[in-house]
Amino acid sequence: MINYNKMIFELSNKGRVGYSLPKEIFSDYNIEQLEDSLLRKEELLLPEVSELDVLRHFTNISNKNFGVENGFYPLGSCTMKYNPKINEEMASNGAFKNLHPLQPSRTVQGAFEVYYNLQKYLSEISGLEEFSLNPYAGAHGELVGLMVIKSYHQERGDFKRNKIIIPDSAHGTNPASTVVCGMEVVEIASNKRGRVDLESLKSVLNDEVAGMMLTNPNTLGIFENDIVEITKLVHDAGGLMYYDGANLNALLGKVRPGDMGFDVMHINLHKTFSTPHGGGGPGSGPVGVTKMLTKYLPNPRIKKLDDYFYVENSGQALGQISSYFGNYLVALRAYAYIRTLGKENLSMVGRYATLNANYISNALKTAYELPISGYCMHEVVFNGLTNKDNDIKTLDIAKRLLDYGMHAPTIYFPLLFPQSIMIEPTETESKETIDEFINIMHKIAIEAKEEPEKLKQAPTKTPIRRTDEVFAAKMMIFSYKDYIEYINNRG
Amino acid sequence: MFKYFPHTKADIDSMLKSLNISSIDEIFHDVPKSVVFNGDYDVPSFMSESELRNHFASLSKKNQELTLFSGLGIYDHYQPAVINALTQRQEFMTSYTPYQPEISQGTLQYIFEYQSMIQTLTGLEVSNASMYDGATSTAEACFMACAVTKRNKVLLSSTLNPNIVNVIKTYLKFKNLEFDFVNEVSGSIDLDDLKKKLNKDIAGVIVQKPNVYGIIEDYDGFSELIKENKSLFIINSDISTLGVLKSPKEDGADIACGDCQSLGMPVAFGGPTLGYLATEKKYVRKMPGRICGYTHDLEGKRAFVLTLQAREQHIRRSKANSNICSNQSLMALYVTIYLSLMGKEGLKEVNNLSYQGAHYLYDSLVKTGKFTDPFKKPFLKEFTLETTIPKESIQTALLENGIFGGIGLDVFGEQYNGLINFTVTEKRTKDEIDNLISILGGLS
Amino acid sequence: MSKVVEGLYYSKSHEWVKVLEEDMVLIGITDFAQSELGDVVFVDLPDVGDTISQEDEFGAVESVKAASDLVAPVSGEILEVNEDLIGEPELLNKEPYDNWLLKVKLENADELGNLLSSEEYKEFIK
Repeated sequence: MINYNKMIFELSNKGRVGYSLPKEIFSDYNIEQLEDSLLRKEELLLPEVSELDVLRHFTNISNKNFGVENGFYPLGSCTMKYNPKINEEMASNGAFKNLHPLQPSRTVQGAFEVYYNLQKYLSEISGLEEFSLNPYAGAHGELVGLMVIKSYHQERGDFKRNKIIIPDSAHGTNPASTVVCGMEVVEIASNKRGRVDLESLKSVLNDEVAGMMLTNPNTLGIFENDIVEITKLVHDAGGLMYYDGANLNALLGKVRPGDMGFDVMHINLHKTFSTPHGGGGPGSGPVGVTKMLTKYLPNPRIKKLDDYFYVENSGQALGQISSYFGNYLVALRAYAYIRTLGKENLSMVGRYATLNANYISNALKTAYELPISGYCMHEVVFNGLTNKDNDIKTLDIAKRLLDYGMHAPTIYFPLLFPQSIMIEPTETESKETIDEFINIMHKIAIEAKEEPEKLKQAPTKTPIRRTDEVFAAKMMIFSYKDYIEYINNRG
Repeated sequence: MFKYFPHTKADIDSMLKSLNISSIDEIFHDVPKSVVFNGDYDVPSFMSESELRNHFASLSKKNQELTLFSGLGIYDHYQPAVINALTQRQEFMTSYTPYQPEISQGTLQYIFEYQSMIQTLTGLEVSNASMYDGATSTAEACFMACAVTKRNKVLLSSTLNPNIVNVIKTYLKFKNLEFDFVNEVSGSIDLDDLKKKLNKDIAGVIVQKPNVYGIIEDYDGFSELIKENKSLFIINSDISTLGVLKSPKEDGADIACGDCQSLGMPVAFGGPTLGYLATEKKYVRKMPGRICGYTHDLEGKRAFVLTLQAREQHIRRSKANSNICSNQSLMALYVTIYLSLMGKEGLKEVNNLSYQGAHYLYDSLVKTGKFTDPFKKPFLKEFTLETTIPKESIQTALLENGIFGGIGLDVFGEQYNGLINFTVTEKRTKDEIDNLISILGGLS
Repeated sequence: MSKVVEGLYYSKSHEWVKVLEEDMVLIGITDFAQSELGDVVFVDLPDVGDTISQEDEFGAVESVKAASDLVAPVSGEILEVNEDLIGEPELLNKEPYDNWLLKVKLENADELGNLLSSEEYKEFIK
């Protein structure tokens, strides 16, 4: 059914229903009793379909997707590890998912225990004092972490500290979060080894610096080995260090951000702690801080007194950044993951992830240009093919991989190289899978030389082929209503 | 060996050999010794699958699943079985943001269908592919209004749910933007006070319908006034109610926002839910978040792609209007499946059944003489009453009977003392409602 | 090799200025700018009557993969905006030197001295 090509609206047939609702009991009342001026006049464009129609429609379109259980998903910076089924089973437990967030504490002690203990585990794993699980995603965590930093300086009356130092290799969210937090970005260039350049760093440090955001390993998959010096320089200048947890998977069991001197961080539970990416969300971006900063963490907080858990709303907090307790059921999955692995297995995650990445790096470095030599951490970045003849671009390589039944790596990021290919295998992939990937990548390199057209035309075996993005941006067809208008105008 | 690590001893040895090293730890030789973490984390030992099940079973016993007569932003509506069956499909659940459209048409298509449904419910031209929740989508709507009008202050209705207000206040404070409140008069936003406070500094006016009291506010005359001031009119709604109530477009809104939890999602202890955000096309470039658009592939086949990405953080970096990077995609799938099943008739019926139950409860409670309505305004599925019965007595009596409801609004602050919220969805049976009435009728 | 037209003034942010008569100029983006951007899908321009000032942003040009701010090469009042570009932004890809963005009444003709000549600009984009 790979050729299934219908929108749900196109299956609609007036009078068909896909629901079963209770009988009317209180028929003395009717919503039509509301004043007419309060009621909707405009017709709703919603489908009328049967239950089986709905199942077939969404099953058929799901087959046009690629998930972690379809095959290798080496999307760099995204940590596409296996999402355990047992976590889903735990999250579907009615005793958690049917809790209303305003229920009295005594009726939700189990839910609070999961929240409280997960934040404890994350604190231990990070070497920090306390976490809030309320931020909804990584970028949300960044924003909240920066709010902590800003609050810290402002409470001390140090209002001129309004600049955040960010390396040029950083994720786009870092500068964007900084601006949303009402602060200014100071970008510093990387050195030839792809790391923070200490001299550039020194040259921007002054009494206007609020802090520095850093991903370590950085977005090139390289460990910032001057990290101790970096955090010391920033601290000496009066700034705080923010750890972007995007690449935490590499360090699990090996290095703790708090021990490197970071003051604030976020963790992407949907990366390091195995919760599903959901096609773009819901994620979860808990924020952790050192002891001196715990008072700024957002409300509401879950606290423990003896064996009783309760909600605290503190006046010193930076405020509220979510309606309730964040994406609670996502956090619950991460809790199940940590309890399943336990201390014994958690400590192996980073090791296996980095072993897999280095194995790939070593096996591909002849065919693909490795701009920074030496060991990588959990991911490796190439700059296109070694052989630049035939004008084969990273995009072509990525699209050809799809034909071979594998997901493409992250491409054109980081921005430091024009043809970046960022490969992150994660610890849940076997040597066989990785060998197969390596073979395919070599095959593609040969095709690039011998049959370049095959790459430029790729993919050909996917549900659709390359798309017209200019048309999408110019026509702005964002809804079925727009689509109908477009079809009618076209005649 | 461990079930999530496929590495055998032989695999590791052969991989190490290819790297010319003898242990994995050599890979980390760049890491300064002083920051290497030696030893085990202080977290519990691993659990087998059955141990984990037992552990969760014992945690579950510390929670109470209750019959919910509670609302205030999170509602206990019916969830068709089909939703769980489909959202658990790994093709949807485990995939990433659809950056490779050739192998992500499943996600992209349901996002397009989701946007279409939000479009028709709000009446506005374009919906994004979703935000974190209703409160953050409203905060982002404030940012949008400031970006569009190049002004720095928003007016917030005093009848907004305080959870939304609190989040907006945090967002505005840190971005150095200002706000002020528009007074309420008998449970609704006061048009006269709005008139007084509108001036050339005001970027947008944010109202909520139904509001924190459950009241369906009437915005007759609002949009003209706000447009005349060149400000944007932002309406936050429980989206489910838009199946029957006047749409934001019909009310003259420029931006519609709110939470979609009421469309097929569990109450989930407050999350994950999904925030929707819709506006007119002329403002689309100031709109945060992903947007999916219709196009075709090079063979002319129908296709969907993420579009207008040049607005977003991964391209615009510090010049982006928002830092949002993800969406609540899987929750958008809940919404799309739910609305596909319900259709326009089902959604009307859900609202009508909820309306009927809520009004039956309202009349019955007022009849007991122990509850009075301080507002006497139209409502749909939730309403607010005043009572002299201490809220602790109400809560205790209900909890003893396995019911959660009658929430004292003072959870949001002292200004709400004595006000009690009740919410009835189509899931509440006559027996459950009668039971609630008889328990409350017996209190004093 | 990107086209550079003789007799125009150029800015380092890749706008060109063509002097029509005394204090009246046209402003556009260069061939180099459009080729770096790729297919232009949207042009955001200010309104007639607004003023722009040298080195300040006054709008943006957007392609599917990038967005670039427009930086005013001179200061002045906007007399006309090229409305054709709203419906057909791809004109900027086709003929960047024919399809101007703004017609502006110069505030200070001396500012032209801060800009590059065609020769200098050729060198600049090398």
